[in-house]
Amino acid sequence: MATPKDTTPVQEIRPTTQELRIPERFIPTPTIEPGHNFATITDHISSIVLRRKTPVGWFIGLLIAMGGVGLLSVSISYLVGKGVGIWGINHPVGWGMDIINFVWWIGIGHAGTLISAILLLLRQDWRTSINRFAEAMTLFAVASAGLYPALHTGRPWYDYWLFPYPNTMGLWPQFRSPLMWDVFAVSTYATVSLLFWYVGLIPDLATLRDRARNLWIKRVYGMFAMGWRGSARHWHRYEHAYLLLAGLSTPLVLSVHTIVSFDFAVAQIPGWHATFFPPYFVAGAVFAGFAMVLTLAIPARKFFRLEDFITMKHLENMGKILLATGLIVVYAYAMEWFYGWYSGNPFEIYMLKNRSTGPYMSMYAALWICNGLAPQLMWFKRFRTSTFWLFVVAMFVNVGMWLERFVIIPASLHRDFLPSSWGMYHGTFWDWSMFIGSIGLFFALLFLFVRILPMISIFEMRTLLPEAQAHTEEEGAH
Amino acid sequence: MSDDNKLDFQQFRERVGDLRGKEYWRSLEELSRSEVFDEFFQSEFPQQALPLEKGVDRRDFVKLMGASVAMAGLTACRAPNETIIPYVNQPENLIPGRPLFFASAMPLGGYATGVLVESHMGRPTKIEGNPDHPSSLGASNSFQQASILGLYDPDRSQVVRRAGEISTWSEFVAALQPLLSAARTNGAGLRILTQTITSPSLGAQIQQMLTQYPGARWHQWEPVSGDNAREGARVAFGGYANVIYDFTKANVVVSLGSDFLSEGPAHLRYARDFSARRRVRQGDARPMNRLYAIEASPTNTGSVADHRFPVRPSEIESWARQVLAALGGAAAVPAADATPATPVAPQAMARDLAANRGASIVIAGEDQPPAVHALAHALNSALGNIGSTVLITDPVEVAPVNQLESIRQLVTDMNAGAVQTLVILGGNPAFDAPADFNFGGAYQKVPFRAHLSLYYDETSMLSHWHIPETHYLETWGDGRGHDGTVSIIQPLIAPLYNGRAASEVIGALVGGLDATPYQAVRNYWFGRGATEATWRQWLHDGLINGSALPARGATGAPPAVSTMDTVGAPQDGLELIIRHDPTIYDGRFANNAWLQELPKPNTKITWDNVMLMGPGTAEDLGFGGRERDPLVNERRTRMAELQHGNVRMELPVWVLPGHAEGAVTIFYGYGRRQGGEVATVKGPGFDTYPFRRSTTMHGGPGATVTMRSGSVYPIACTQEHQSIDPKIVGDRNIVRAATFAEYQTNPGFAHQGHHAEFELSDASMYPPFQYTGHAWAMAIDTTLCTGCNGCVAACVAENNISVVGKEEVVREREMHWLRIDRYFKGDPGNPEIYHQPVPCMQCENAPCEPVCPVAATSHSEEGLNDMTYNRCVGTRYCSNNCPYKVRRFNFFHYADYDTPALKPMRNPDVTVRTRGVMEKCTYCVQRINHARIEAAKQDRRVRDGEVVTACQQACPTQAIVFGDMNDPGSGVAQLKKEPTNYALLGELNTRPRTTYLATIRNPNPELAAAAAAGKAEAH
Repeated sequence: MATPKDTTPVQEIRPTTQELRIPERFIPTPTIEPGHNFATITDHISSIVLRRKTPVGWFIGLLIAMGGVGLLSVSISYLVGKGVGIWGINHPVGWGMDIINFVWWIGIGHAGTLISAILLLLRQDWRTSINRFAEAMTLFAVASAGLYPALHTGRPWYDYWLFPYPNTMGLWPQFRSPLMWDVFAVSTYATVSLLFWYVGLIPDLATLRDRARNLWIKRVYGMFAMGWRGSARHWHRYEHAYLLLAGLSTPLVLSVHTIVSFDFAVAQIPGWHATFFPPYFVAGAVFAGFAMVLTLAIPARKFFRLEDFITMKHLENMGKILLATGLIVVYAYAMEWFYGWYSGNPFEIYMLKNRSTGPYMSMYAALWICNGLAPQLMWFKRFRTSTFWLFVVAMFVNVGMWLERFVIIPASLHRDFLPSSWGMYHGTFWDWSMFIGSIGLFFALLFLFVRILPMISIFEMRTLLPEAQAHTEEEGAH
Repeated sequence: MSDDNKLDFQQFRERVGDLRGKEYWRSLEELSRSEVFDEFFQSEFPQQALPLEKGVDRRDFVKLMGASVAMAGLTACRAPNETIIPYVNQPENLIPGRPLFFASAMPLGGYATGVLVESHMGRPTKIEGNPDHPSSLGASNSFQQASILGLYDPDRSQVVRRAGEISTWSEFVAALQPLLSAARTNGAGLRILTQTITSPSLGAQIQQMLTQYPGARWHQWEPVSGDNAREGARVAFGGYANVIYDFTKANVVVSLGSDFLSEGPAHLRYARDFSARRRVRQGDARPMNRLYAIEASPTNTGSVADHRFPVRPSEIESWARQVLAALGGAAAVPAADATPATPVAPQAMARDLAANRGASIVIAGEDQPPAVHALAHALNSALGNIGSTVLITDPVEVAPVNQLESIRQLVTDMNAGAVQTLVILGGNPAFDAPADFNFGGAYQKVPFRAHLSLYYDETSMLSHWHIPETHYLETWGDGRGHDGTVSIIQPLIAPLYNGRAASEVIGALVGGLDATPYQAVRNYWFGRGATEATWRQWLHDGLINGSALPARGATGAPPAVSTMDTVGAPQDGLELIIRHDPTIYDGRFANNAWLQELPKPNTKITWDNVMLMGPGTAEDLGFGGRERDPLVNERRTRMAELQHGNVRMELPVWVLPGHAEGAVTIFYGYGRRQGGEVATVKGPGFDTYPFRRSTTMHGGPGATVTMRSGSVYPIACTQEHQSIDPKIVGDRNIVRAATFAEYQTNPGFAHQGHHAEFELSDASMYPPFQYTGHAWAMAIDTTLCTGCNGCVAACVAENNISVVGKEEVVREREMHWLRIDRYFKGDPGNPEIYHQPVPCMQCENAPCEPVCPVAATSHSEEGLNDMTYNRCVGTRYCSNNCPYKVRRFNFFHYADYDTPALKPMRNPDVTVRTRGVMEKCTYCVQRINHARIEAAKQDRRVRDGEVVTACQQACPTQAIVFGDMNDPGSGVAQLKKEPTNYALLGELNTRPRTTYLATIRNPNPELAAAAAAGKAEAH
């Protein structure tokens, strides 16, 4: 399946279903619009990187995002210079927006892994057009997330003590600490996600190498394509490696957020100490991740005219996942109340009372609206198939998941056991600047990604074509 | 740079004449302290010059730099030149790392309380009480603990000034001469103003001066004066007298607005004696004493009372009169229309007192009018207490006077131009004299004004001459304790800032220039029969044995009550109560950051003074129930305008449950305009002295308060209002309390709450850790804790705990390893108040330990949760997971690494923590290690009582007991067996090593029954 060298101008072939005169409800929503062939897919996707003029909007977007990166640099410099006291944390509330944002970003990353690995293993074809994008999002979200645990420590220059390395002090890290597990979970996650993404990119990098006209661009892509020639042996090895990585990633989808949830569940603070945290957190992460994929895919699809590849079927499926995981999350919220009541534990009961009527009650109410009510729109096909409503719901979920972590972390810590130590938590300027800065970093990376790499997997999209299917079926032993 | 760069040898000679001891100079330029030298130095060593510019003045900079450059090691060699005698060991040679203890005494309000000072290589680092001294019995209070910081305070005045310009002592003495010769001829016009003086040697010097200048007059002024007590005693006993109470013999104590447990020269002793009768232990059949407190503004004493009656100040007298009338006291005149809120109470109190004739005490507060003092004496007399629980002696003060009248006379004379020379020895009258006297204005009419004080303060500003005073740890002196016992104050260090003692100034006035304070004290006592042997003995002991004043015999006739002034019937409208601040006193400690950051008892406010009022009064003023105004007792509050007489001022409002309704309390001491950066910038507060006029020294009726709804003021309070909410606190079984009667029928009451069945259970999947050696543990008797803060201040001093400042406390980042939690129970108008000191619990199943990713906090084989500062990366997970929230994080670089003056202050046995690390109570592990080394040298186990934690050592009521739980004979092991012993949050299975003995109160059954009946009626 060598990449054809095609020098013809980009063709936009957009046949409509109306011509076929079949009632619309009987037509399954396609994962790729009809009328495409190998050449058009390759052309369309690679042209975004190689041919088309960089749109002005991209420059503006990148500029804004780089502004965020600048803010992040300033925030980090000030933080390292002054100490974590510049944040709003205090004695009852030792973790604030640092850990909220960490969990939020890590959660967002989950959709990528889920789409790449689990949906691949489940042979969900529709994942193909969004997996590259989602994986990239995962990586960038993990990068943003990773900033926080590294910088939230009082003395970040000693962070390396968290790694088990041979040292003259003769000291290992403390393996009983969930933070220690975090180090392994997150670093493994980041490594596997990067490998998975990169391995998946290799055939497309080769395509770009072959289609690039500029010698230097050709060389750079060629270097990263690692000599991919598209031989059968290459494909054979590639498929094995990709499947193995998918297998490796699958437990990570569950493990990373399970371990992140242990940061809380292992501690004994009311509001943290609960056995249902691991599934609750994993569901929440997938929920958040798909919301972010929608948030990014809907504008990107419009902007780069990718409606043919990211079809309504994709969006609708993601809406369904949003609904399903949202219901799990709501179930968890309800169970918190049940456990509080059933335990008869005054600390637990007060924690719930404080959440719902205490000083952070507005955030708790907003959490229910964002994560509980808003996704219920997804029951209806009309909303599921409207990019506007999908985007609105996704935005609600993005905010809601941030609020969820706020409710879990500071709102549990601020009133724990002894009323004498109770306090309040408010984010400061530097809390917010770091958050906005990390969003800037995320988008800056994303903007660079869509400009220099194919945001949709070219070769995998080609497998969605009927030609590819037929070919497979001929060979397959049915 | 001045144009005149020539070296002036005359100037050098003068400088040399002013230098003492081991001061070195490197060049003539340095010696002359010329600007040329300064500029050279600054340009040559700018990196060294910069950090010092703020805290230390130029002279000290040069001195300190000179010391290090010239290898003179001046900072380490500041032992006084004269022979001082160590308390325990003869210092044949100083052993590095081994502290020595010296006995001395700290004067406050004139009275000296015996202390032991820990000295490391000549640097005093910690104050402890002197166990032999009758006023302390080994305990210490926050003022004594914080005086170490007062000694090293870089803001202290460091140089003699003439009209603000740097000058010298010899110039001052020279300037005095013409005035003195004039005074010698006509005598008049020379005045000195001192604070209260009990020092026999200084008293004798002043007498000598008064003899030498017959026209000279001596005035005394101290804002916390005790005038009322003096006048009350004069009315009752026909002359000034000193009253000493023996609480060990008292079964019933009635406090008429007295905070005898935390105020006054004898409070440490009284707290110890009082607590001795409240220690409820298994197999000890002695009944508890009973304390009735009738007071307006909640005090520590009131907070531990068995019955507390919040009444307006004007009602206290009528209460006393009713009790006296009920006792059938001679000529008792109940005030006309006084009907206390609980009419049955005075009767019941009277019956209780009558049943304990000769074994009861009625004690009036310093702030109460003389009539109440006299009534208290009359009650004691009627009860036959005088001679048994109440002892009368001659006054302890050298010259007791009515100080208000004394300063009034001085001001009158100054205004009349009759004062030519005024020398003020200590004190700050321009700030703290009664406002209507306008002391500052009158003072400026005096042609020659000199002021000796620790700081360049408000009075110094107005003076021609300012002389830096020596701290008590820097100079020789003497003073008497509350019972007259004399202590010799011996210095631990040569004056850091070239200060002068009061005796030196008097010496300059009398003409004996050469008399050092050492000679002055020594000559005085050698003149009174001291020998070298007794002198050494006195210095060693810290007191002159047998120097207490003898008790007078029981007075014949009971005091004439009928002739006493009365305050009259209670009046309508708000009453104003003016009290001195509980942590910065009258303002003299305003520059002491340790005291500023100490949470004030009951309110837990730091760095500020507020206007206290009861919840009912607040609601009447429109600052009502918590639900309606989110600002009540949060870290912000509203301002209100207080008007009294013709003085108006906006003050922050604070609602304190238990405060008498119809009254507001304000505190003086804040609002300093001069006298150190901490006092004026970091903790400015509000100057309420304008309310303190000669007629309203302690407040009075007729106050109006108007809420200012717009303005919001941040308050650095360390406990929010939730600890007031009975629903929240009650559910959690944090404080456990019962009456003495309940305890007797059901000693195990503390274990019968919710989830009690899980307490101290050993439920674990793993075998318990075996502690084969020592197992350190602590037991805190909450019955005895008065919330006095002595332990907190001691902890700060012992463990080098950083001060964070008001803004950081507002952000809830205070660093105290030990805090005293305060809880209220019951009716907000008159709640029961509970104190609970909370250090690290040193849990056996410590939640902090498993969550640290780098093993910076780990379990020792003796059961301590050790904290390894240099391993900590600062994830704060341990703090999050600590249910007691006793861990403290260095959010910023709180420790002051730069100010050179503060470096020698620190305890060398305790790490000074850097930013980004967690810290917490270690059970004073440095003291444990010290004892362990001593024991190991003698090949034995550490004995019980050998390790005393700093908090335990300071505690006046001995509420804190520390020791080895594995030693069955140890005090702590005994307490752990008490039925009242319980673990805080024990149901979490943390197995804390620190446990509490439940609070037991001893209310009068008669009143309890009446209260129950009243409640039933109301329903």
